[in-house]
Amino acid sequence: MPSNPSPVMNQVSLTINGQSVVAAAGTSLLNAAKAAGIDLPHLCYDPRVEAIGSCRLCGVKVEGMRGIVSGCAQTVAAGMKVITEDAELARQRKHTLELLLSDHCSTCMGCDKSGACRLQDYAYRYGADQNRFGVVLAKPPARNFTTLNKGILFAADKCIRCGLCVKYCETVQMAEALTFSKRGSQMVVTTPLDENLHETSCEACGGCIRVCPVGAMLDKAAVGKGRESDLTRVKTICPYCGVGCQMDLLVDKQRNRIVRATSSPDAPINGGNLCVKGHFGFDYVNSPERLTHPLIRTADGFRQATWEEAIGFVGRRLREIRDQHGPDALAFVSSARCPNEENYLVQKLARTAGATNNVDNCATSCHAPTVAGLAAAFGSGAMTNSVGEIKDCAVMFLIGANPTEAHPIIGLEMKRALRRGAKLIVCDPRKTWLAQRAHIHIQHRPGSDNMLLNAILRCILDEGLADQEFIANRCEGFKEFERNLQGIAVEAAAEYCGVEAELIRAAARLYALGKPSAIYYTLGITEHSCGTDNVKNVANLAMLTGQIGKWASGVNPLRGQNNVQGACDMGAMANKLPGYQDWSDPVVRAKFEKAWGVSLPQNKGSKVPLFITAAGRGELKALYIVGEDLVATEPNQTKVIEDLSKLELLVCQEIFMSETAKLAHVIFPSACWAEKDGTFSASERRMQLIRKAVEPPGEAKADWEILCLVSTAMGYPMQYQNPSQIFDEMVSLAPIFGGMSHQRIGDRGLQWPCPTPEHPGTPFLHNGKFTRGKGKFHAITFHPQKEEPCAEYPLILSTGRTLYNYNCGNMTRKAAVINQRDPGNFVEIHPDTAARYGIRRDEKIVVRTRRGKVTGRAVVGDRVRPDIIWMPFHFAEEPTNNITNDVFDPVTATAEYKCCAAQLEKL
Amino acid sequence: MSAPEQCRIIFRHIDEPGYSNDLACYVRHGGYEILKKSVAMKPEAIVDEVKKSGLRGRGGAGFGCGLKWSLLDRKSGKPVYLIVNADESEPGTFKDRYIIHQDPHQLLEGIMITCFANNVKLAYIYIRGEFPHGARILEKAIAEARAANFVGPNILGTAYGCEIYIHRGAGAYICGEETGLIESLEGKRPNPRIKPPYFPAVLGLYQCPTIVNNVETLCHVKHIADMGGEAFSKIGTPGNTGTRILCVSGHVQHPGYYEFEVGKITMGQLLNDVCGGPLPGRKFKAVIPGGSSAKILKFGERFKGKRKVGAEMVDYDWGVEDVPMDFDSLGMIGTMGGSGGVIVMDDSVNMVEALANINAFYAHESCGQCTPCREGSLWMKKITSRMVHGTARTEDAALLKSVADQIPGRTICAFGEACSWPTQSFLAKFGDEFKQYPETKKAAKPAGALELV
Repeated sequence: MPSNPSPVMNQVSLTINGQSVVAAAGTSLLNAAKAAGIDLPHLCYDPRVEAIGSCRLCGVKVEGMRGIVSGCAQTVAAGMKVITEDAELARQRKHTLELLLSDHCSTCMGCDKSGACRLQDYAYRYGADQNRFGVVLAKPPARNFTTLNKGILFAADKCIRCGLCVKYCETVQMAEALTFSKRGSQMVVTTPLDENLHETSCEACGGCIRVCPVGAMLDKAAVGKGRESDLTRVKTICPYCGVGCQMDLLVDKQRNRIVRATSSPDAPINGGNLCVKGHFGFDYVNSPERLTHPLIRTADGFRQATWEEAIGFVGRRLREIRDQHGPDALAFVSSARCPNEENYLVQKLARTAGATNNVDNCATSCHAPTVAGLAAAFGSGAMTNSVGEIKDCAVMFLIGANPTEAHPIIGLEMKRALRRGAKLIVCDPRKTWLAQRAHIHIQHRPGSDNMLLNAILRCILDEGLADQEFIANRCEGFKEFERNLQGIAVEAAAEYCGVEAELIRAAARLYALGKPSAIYYTLGITEHSCGTDNVKNVANLAMLTGQIGKWASGVNPLRGQNNVQGACDMGAMANKLPGYQDWSDPVVRAKFEKAWGVSLPQNKGSKVPLFITAAGRGELKALYIVGEDLVATEPNQTKVIEDLSKLELLVCQEIFMSETAKLAHVIFPSACWAEKDGTFSASERRMQLIRKAVEPPGEAKADWEILCLVSTAMGYPMQYQNPSQIFDEMVSLAPIFGGMSHQRIGDRGLQWPCPTPEHPGTPFLHNGKFTRGKGKFHAITFHPQKEEPCAEYPLILSTGRTLYNYNCGNMTRKAAVINQRDPGNFVEIHPDTAARYGIRRDEKIVVRTRRGKVTGRAVVGDRVRPDIIWMPFHFAEEPTNNITNDVFDPVTATAEYKCCAAQLEKL
Repeated sequence: MSAPEQCRIIFRHIDEPGYSNDLACYVRHGGYEILKKSVAMKPEAIVDEVKKSGLRGRGGAGFGCGLKWSLLDRKSGKPVYLIVNADESEPGTFKDRYIIHQDPHQLLEGIMITCFANNVKLAYIYIRGEFPHGARILEKAIAEARAANFVGPNILGTAYGCEIYIHRGAGAYICGEETGLIESLEGKRPNPRIKPPYFPAVLGLYQCPTIVNNVETLCHVKHIADMGGEAFSKIGTPGNTGTRILCVSGHVQHPGYYEFEVGKITMGQLLNDVCGGPLPGRKFKAVIPGGSSAKILKFGERFKGKRKVGAEMVDYDWGVEDVPMDFDSLGMIGTMGGSGGVIVMDDSVNMVEALANINAFYAHESCGQCTPCREGSLWMKKITSRMVHGTARTEDAALLKSVADQIPGRTICAFGEACSWPTQSFLAKFGDEFKQYPETKKAAKPAGALELV
């Protein structure tokens, strides 16, 4: 096993207060002291932000250096002798604190921050006099830039003007919404021109709240709901995208409520950063719309039922259908929102009690082409590198990815890389935030990805930039791949893509010569009828240049849901058993059959879109869905509803009455993410613990408990004490997770492969050797999208996620902050197109495709090309997926969400 | 001993009848000849001459100019920038303005020689926002020099080229602090940068190595290139070479600017012989020798100690009048040469009111970034203001001192020193006034006046 190959820092020795300390070169004195257990007082330092040095509390004495040295800015040097506390320093700190207090509303008894306020702590530690200057503070202005904000409250009279919020906003989030205005003692935190915060470039990430050392920036909704010391801190993982941000929920146990969310700088992936969804997106947990009792369909709706009745009914009906119609008559949809343990149980339930391989998860609608394509090329379908490596990239190559909105914390790391001088190539039909700052932005037309990639590959070959040694030693299939590219002409390809050939050449050079370069892609690559081909071609690009299998170099699909990686890891798909073991391998089958005490089903199994069409044809009789809203998220909604309505039995485990649940025969109320224990697999293959923070509402149960009950009722008894026990069973059957346990995962997580209890986990894959042995080149022929623009539908409609909302929106849209920023459906239109149709900004318009129509507000701007319109799909009342195209990738059945032909109409 | 003659090098032609600030006049007086000579030299040779000259920066800190240049990170592969600090904001200082108004081409020639010597391709003149006229003069001068091929690409037919741009400040004292200036030039708030790591010679403008020099300093570079470092170092006194422009303001008969060899003239000679002494019927009470932030000197106080003259140490026993006007002597007696702004006060001045005025200035000009300065300058202002308005408390003089004592050495930039030295020195030398004056004011306090501010 290779040791962690990150760049090694030189260590230096120094003494702090007579104590010998060893620290990495470049460490600040403050951090070196902290590591040695010495707490240097500081208000304006936060590990998330570059040192500011404004509070002047961390000053220390260093032998041989003049005056007081800033502990946060001065780095360690060999042989340094540092004094952090003496009478003079204490006197100075006391005085500085008194100055701060002279200008600070010190009504600690009414402050939410009390008990967790560093100013309060230091004032106590150094005995600062609150009223040494004899002053009565003027009242702050009655309103400020947060008065109308739903999430953030700025208490001007508590602000100590340390600058952390401003610096965070400017340099970490790079939103530049907060600033200082005026100077000297008049200096005040505000927004440009004192505008309302929610009307500025603020992205509502809550960073200002998380870094504020005092009670000046607060969660508005949490004010008065409990001070830090009254609340219990629960470390868990964010329930939204696949980045895997660790967060702390502050919980009022007595009232069973999450009061607010934050994150600590030592969080493994996100380093204490969160996006708007992570920071503010938990309102849904306490929503009155939560399902609290099992529901059974009646003629005119639903009736409340007991658990006994509902479970008994479902168990009996599933058994009957299985026995009557065989394994292909029932299917199970697992949830990428649920922890690994529950995904494991869903597929176990399907393969034991259900006796079918008809199990799938939502990866099919997003990253199934990744799993298929990268497995074919490399042998392993996951992010090859870690989030922490992004900052060390010399060149980032993004294609079909908009991380600053869809994976905001990975976006944050890319911003950090940019600040450190990385070069950026973005291939995207839209001018995303990163595209606007890219060194090369290739704005190709949707659906032309393979044409573009082939052209880039051709340039690399033409210019002799291929890594011949890597190809010879590590790869196979090169000859055929090279032959296939012979027919490609860069000029012609560029014309088809609608970009300049010179841009393609420049991108090819920049990527090939980067030391190192890494590829990041998302659904812009996979959600096409040629998604798997796209992925394979991305893999070709990395192999051709040898940009894989190294620190900060590889191919990185950014996974969509919090646990879509885990749903795949757990084998919640037809052709794989947990740990990506082949369903057809007799050795593997024997192992599982022995452990589970059943003979494994023989049917091939199918995928979500095919379940739906099978239901429409009457072949599928029963569908069991855990936490998925197929109606809202599958393409061509009208058809989906029609098909699902034909089922004999539709069972949903849900937290809300989703669009799909409305069609169900039985609905089981589930505990949500904050109400149970388990593990999520982050996109970077890191398994992390989620922990129960509050009790579920009413009679809702954790999904694993419900699954055990259903399985038992079907005649296959399942009993577990807790999720940890389920995890242990899973681990014993899946060698790549063999060394893991809840206890080992702890607060830091573990990255698979991790085969033995001693194994430290794997930050990046394919070091020295691909998982499948040799990397395999694939010769890719370009196939255009299934629906080309025509006279009747002259535009290309592309869809995607916004920063604020998440997928079907039934979690995020319960949050006031999010609704303030992203209230309803919209259509991005180029100004030329808008002019052609006579459409004005903010006008409500209709988008029509061959499948139907949907409305949205017109957002006119040059983020899109003139031949494209773009829409999000978060809004149930204006469902964009009503009109997306239900044509699928032949390998993975992933729908072509990213392009179909459309027409605009005025309302 | 009567005062020595002025030694006008930079001001050689200023005030000459008929001397104008256009290029033709400058060239008629031998202008740009030294640039022509310089571009034929090796750049390193010019740097060596500047090092040999012992030239110290004229902006305020008196840092060795050659040393500053030698700290440049020349291996980074990044461009090197020159920034001309023309943000002359220190109260009592008005030398750079005269150079810019009356002899702008002298500055431009100095800039071009400095740029050539340090391989700078782009120089910025950061000029104070309150100097719109100066900015216009410089714009015109640069246009003339560019047309005459002294500035711009391939100057004087060589392969070397350099552009000069004017950037106007927006009215903040802190923009004179070199890292604050850089931030401002980058389009941000002029918050001085924390050191380390932001030493301009390594990480300056746009994170590139940058030289920041004062206007007067750069003019001297021209003369060093002309006469050679060695000859320059013979002017003035050892360690305090060359000439220096002294701007005298306040209660003297003939205020104005005077250029003397550094250290060759004493304070007494300057004020009495050159500036004509105090106003009729008045006596000198105090003088601030290097811009308002320099510590004040009280007429009548004595300074004793040992100083180095040549190789030996000799005793000195000076009154204010005896102090030579050079960096080291003024430093020895606890103040500084600073920016050369000599502010004279006679016995009509109330020191509490004078300090309240200075403190109001610094409280207004603090950038607000770091605590001791932002809050400290505010409290020094508030307390002196209380004294002036008769609302001070008995303990306020002691409080004032404790605030001032906690600022120097504790802030991100030297503004901390600049704002606290006046209070420290006023209190140390005129402490009695600070005890008596508030009491007399209190007695005269009008009914219904506000209490503490």
